[in-house]
Amino acid sequence: MRFDPQLADIRFGCGLSPNVAPPASVAQMLATLKSPDAIAKRFPIETFDAFQARISTAQDLQKIRKQNRGSPEALTAKKDRRVLNKEARIAQVGWLGQHLNRWAHTNAPLRERLSMFWADHFTATGKAGLVRRAASPYMESAIRPHINGPFEDLLQAAILHPLMIHYLDQDRSIGANSPRAAKGGKLTGLNENLAREVLELHTLGANAPYTQTDVTELAELLSGLTFGRPMQLKFRKDQAEPGSETVLGKTYGGGPAHIRDIQAVLRDLAKHPATARHIVWKLAVHFTSDTPDPALVSALEARFLETGGDLGAVNEALLTHPAAWETPRSNVKPAFHFMGSAMRALAVPPDGISSLEERLARRLIILPMGEMGHIWEKPDGPDGLPEEDSAWIAPQGIAARLQWAITVPQLLLSDLPDPREFVHTALGRFTTPAVEFAAKAAESRWDGVGLVLASPAFQRS
Amino acid sequence: MTESLDRRTFLARSALIGCSLAASPLLTPVSFAAIPGDHRLVVIILRGGMDGLDVVRPYGDPAYAALRGDAGLEGPEGAIDLDGYFALHPALRPLMPLWQQGQLGFAHAVSTPYRDKRSHFDGQDLLEAGLSDLGAGTSRDGWLNRVLQHLPDSRSETAYAIGRDPLGVLGGAAPVQRWTPEADLVLSPQAIKLAGMIMKDDPLFDAAFQQALALSDGDGDAVAITGTPDDMMSMVNKNRAQGGGKNGSLEQRIAEFAGKRLRADTRIASFSINGWDTHQTQNATLPKTLKRLADAILTLQETVRGPVWNKTTVVAVTEFGRTARINGSGGTDHGTGGLMVLAGGALRGRQVAGDWPGLDEAQLYARRDLMPTRDVRAYLAWLLHSQFGLERTTLETEIFPKLDMGYNPALLR
Repeated sequence: MRFDPQLADIRFGCGLSPNVAPPASVAQMLATLKSPDAIAKRFPIETFDAFQARISTAQDLQKIRKQNRGSPEALTAKKDRRVLNKEARIAQVGWLGQHLNRWAHTNAPLRERLSMFWADHFTATGKAGLVRRAASPYMESAIRPHINGPFEDLLQAAILHPLMIHYLDQDRSIGANSPRAAKGGKLTGLNENLAREVLELHTLGANAPYTQTDVTELAELLSGLTFGRPMQLKFRKDQAEPGSETVLGKTYGGGPAHIRDIQAVLRDLAKHPATARHIVWKLAVHFTSDTPDPALVSALEARFLETGGDLGAVNEALLTHPAAWETPRSNVKPAFHFMGSAMRALAVPPDGISSLEERLARRLIILPMGEMGHIWEKPDGPDGLPEEDSAWIAPQGIAARLQWAITVPQLLLSDLPDPREFVHTALGRFTTPAVEFAAKAAESRWDGVGLVLASPAFQRS
Repeated sequence: MTESLDRRTFLARSALIGCSLAASPLLTPVSFAAIPGDHRLVVIILRGGMDGLDVVRPYGDPAYAALRGDAGLEGPEGAIDLDGYFALHPALRPLMPLWQQGQLGFAHAVSTPYRDKRSHFDGQDLLEAGLSDLGAGTSRDGWLNRVLQHLPDSRSETAYAIGRDPLGVLGGAAPVQRWTPEADLVLSPQAIKLAGMIMKDDPLFDAAFQQALALSDGDGDAVAITGTPDDMMSMVNKNRAQGGGKNGSLEQRIAEFAGKRLRADTRIASFSINGWDTHQTQNATLPKTLKRLADAILTLQETVRGPVWNKTTVVAVTEFGRTARINGSGGTDHGTGGLMVLAGGALRGRQVAGDWPGLDEAQLYARRDLMPTRDVRAYLAWLLHSQFGLERTTLETEIFPKLDMGYNPALLR
């Protein structure tokens, strides 16, 4: 295996930067995952705990409104609620800026890549009101701390998170024979949404040998899992389906309902051979190619199984496998990666991003990212973003990337770099004669810089 | 095996490779002979919950006035009587010529199987998934994509998802093209040339870029512009603006784009129109959104025109209707039964289809919403049956699982 610092930065990092040197070795890259998360401190994003305070305030205001309908207090509460919603909306845009700042300036770029990968694997967002803004806080609290530890921990943190419970309707699922169902009311039975996605998306994978019975049994086992005020994980025994459940041939529960049984099934699912295959395949596709080297996949799978799903070990196996360095650059950067790596190559200063007011941030970042195919924190479904390169390099996506690359950088930077130098900053040894020529021949700096960023050489990883 | 057979196999293979690489009539000037029929279907998703009771007003129902007040039939600006029982919202007056020609119709008191929670998110999910309930989990594909999966010879340009909004209804395994007029390129002439040159490094990029250029150029405004990035940016923003670009509103541009594609190889197009969530001062807000719907339909008619328009059906559906009563702020809240809008030269229009449930309090759903009397999917299924020849069993099991299509409402000529 030949370590290649520039390829390391492009394939496993956030792209080349004029300010941050590429990694010197695989050991150094792995060490960054074990070091303190300095860049998160420098560009903070609200934790979910802090976000709960917003929810709590909103719930209090709602209570005042309900108790004093039509009164001046209710009116004030309504106004306060609007302010609260607006603040959260603006904060959400600010957190996107912080994500981009992290990409642009971190010297531990692999952490950013893995965090985005796993946040997408465990896609969750709020469906109405204030919680629509909670995806980044969820990512910060439930995903980011677990990207280099046991997969089991990551799985538990994501699935038992109130935002996931809300997103996949687990709070609407109760055991049909539970005491709560016997009382009558709106909730009368199971909602299998979370159970199905845990098996299909989060652990075993769609092609794994499980049946509808496994889904239903898991849904019964998950019943009771919900959240209480102010959006905090809660296990309600009176909503749990009585009796034991059998998932993939193993029986759980049977005694008094307890969240321990749910934790137990998640633990087993996390270590299941089908999960190992599904997870490492996705990792290999994400970081190397839509058709990854089978030897790489086998090596990752073996490491996952040997270590009971230690992601730290799998990350190491990925970086130390020859295929990670020998696979040609056939992947295409997803939209966020494209924008983030462009900002890194341009060394956009932190306040160039974070000082954007909301409207401008929408116009310069969020709308174009949507046109590129990634509608920020509004996923199409729990399966998250596509991995296939062809999904990103469709006519609309490539038009949006080119247009953005030519028009937006000059609005984020006071001085655009000289395209003739920028081509080497951004592409390093992957510079092609065509891009070098275009950078020289462009009639303006913005065209030149934009063409470098829009080039296949920059967009491939 | 003869040499010529080998050669034919080779040619067939290269055509396939070319197709998957470029997948565009713009790049493959040879028109494919096998196109799935010549019917066209446009599905417009009306997001936010359109108030069917205001759009097509059942003024003949004795309980209507108590709920909604006067139907406003007087005057040249007033609502338009359709059949002595229903009256059309004045903002849709521009569509009346279509009604007169039998190219506009409605189905009233329709809904998806979605009940009670009245959430936009779930309501739209169910509408686009075409399922009976979401209890078994979120669907991975939309019903219109499943239609494509059942059309022989469906190719990626058979269906277009247009606009920036995600369109779950077209999501799924069958390939679909996407474009939004907002993504129109605005570049300096030299940048266009140089971009073409750098894209040549990479076939996937090159194919997508060539298509993007052709699509950007297709709607009449220039791709090439000489100016600063600020000039370009303001053009880009104009492309994104909701109203008043030089080519009209965004809906008109989307509809024009759709129309042009439908005149070529595209058979199915879908886009959404937002802004139906009229909780407040509906008299002020709804007309604006209705105008956008009318503009979209008229632009489709103008662009598609001729014999192709006579094979075209436009159908607009929404996730739910709204409350029968006006709320405290002059609007309506999320309800149940709603309205489906139909247009097109293929239509047997000039009718408000559906069994009218009545508006007495006891006749309302949960004593608050218009009672749905038919599944909106039944109308869609019969449309698909007539337009694309899909079998009833396919429709009731694959496209809309567990649906009972019931009697044929004979929506088409």
